[in-house]
Amino acid sequence: MTVADQFRPGTFVDALRFIWHNSGFLLARTGEHLELSLAALGIALLLSMPLGLWLGHRHRGLFAAVSISNVGRALPSLVLIAVGLTIFGVGFWNNTAALVVLAVPPMLTNAYFGIDGVDRDVVEAARGMGLSELQVLLRVELPLGLPLVIAGIRIAAIFVIATATIAAIAGGGGLGEVIVNQASYGLAGVVAASLCVSALAFLAALLLTLLLRAASRRPDPIP
Amino acid sequence: MIPNFGQGSRCEVDNGWFCTEWVRAHWGDTLQPALVQHLELAAIAIAIGFVLASALAFAGFRFRLLDPPIGFLADFLYTIPSLALFQLLVPFTGVTETTVEIALVSYTLLILYRNMLEGLRGVPPDALEAARGSGLTRLQTLVRVELPLALPAVIAGLRIATVSTISIATVAAFVIPKGLGQPIFTALEQDVFKTEILTAGGLVVALALCADGVLVLVQRALTPWTRLERAS
Repeated sequence: MTVADQFRPGTFVDALRFIWHNSGFLLARTGEHLELSLAALGIALLLSMPLGLWLGHRHRGLFAAVSISNVGRALPSLVLIAVGLTIFGVGFWNNTAALVVLAVPPMLTNAYFGIDGVDRDVVEAARGMGLSELQVLLRVELPLGLPLVIAGIRIAAIFVIATATIAAIAGGGGLGEVIVNQASYGLAGVVAASLCVSALAFLAALLLTLLLRAASRRPDPIP
Repeated sequence: MIPNFGQGSRCEVDNGWFCTEWVRAHWGDTLQPALVQHLELAAIAIAIGFVLASALAFAGFRFRLLDPPIGFLADFLYTIPSLALFQLLVPFTGVTETTVEIALVSYTLLILYRNMLEGLRGVPPDALEAARGSGLTRLQTLVRVELPLALPAVIAGLRIATVSTISIATVAAFVIPKGLGQPIFTALEQDVFKTEILTAGGLVVALALCADGVLVLVQRALTPWTRLERAS
């Protein structure tokens, strides 16, 4: 680290200048960042949704859901990346695997609690109308539990984008590569990339918040 | 600190999965100091975060208009990736412990604030009515009725905040050479020395789980009535 220990807010002006002059470069890094994050989120969704929704539907595995979320929170992202390095070596899969491990707990736990918490009377009514178990889950429980399910995806997305930054130490590319490489890009470059990754995380969170709002809107009551 | 591949044991030379002799030799000079620093970084952040979040929660509870902006700010801070937040603070506070603590504190705020507010708002109206009926003043009601009843939610928030702060504090080593992230970095530079990564990583997780366990015990001691209810 070669930064002077002093108050230098002017760095932000330099950072903006860096963004202006290197927009193509930063855009390419942002693309890599997004690619890694989306791959991890996609795999995590495929792994956690079927299991979380089904367990919630059967009201089983409360203990597992709570423990997975607790253990998941205790797993530091840097440790996951480093341990992934020891197992897979440098590359895309090391980082994807670490990010998936990080993204699954919040998705799984929220999917479980979202479905588990749906009013049982409503579920019974749906069964009484002759809906199959899968139909009950997909047509009744999922729409009602969707806000919590999306909230879990939102937390996972924030985690994944943040950790994809750290993944740069394991050759993950993305914006983190600029942030951890101050020797090449200078403090202005580091701050510029930090601004970009913050904006990316904020936009992802905003998008999912809007989705969550849309999902929580109740249908108009019949007059 | 640096594993000497020339003179080390067979396991160290081969970079085996877990070399007990390395851990024994470097507990005193590497692992233990890092563990203590890690605990220190996290404890300071949680303490400051708790005080700050309490003040914000009281403000949001007393004046409802303040809740949306405070909630938005806390949520916004929580969204910023840790590594980026550290670097964004460097131009202001330099490569110092202050930088790390500001970032760590800002990550505790969202969870603590939300849980405290939820706890305070979740106090049953009957309890408030009874307090008013017994002639308690507003301050007395807060201290004797609302705070104790909000305690389980507050401690639940504190548990989450503690575990995540201990976990995020590993990233601090990107800025200052402190905490359990430091041995992990050293190991990454030493051809991914597995023993050091696994031991330091294990210590972070163990520290987080221990802190969580302590808070569970604290909650049991402070809110004995929650167990009575479950028993009856």
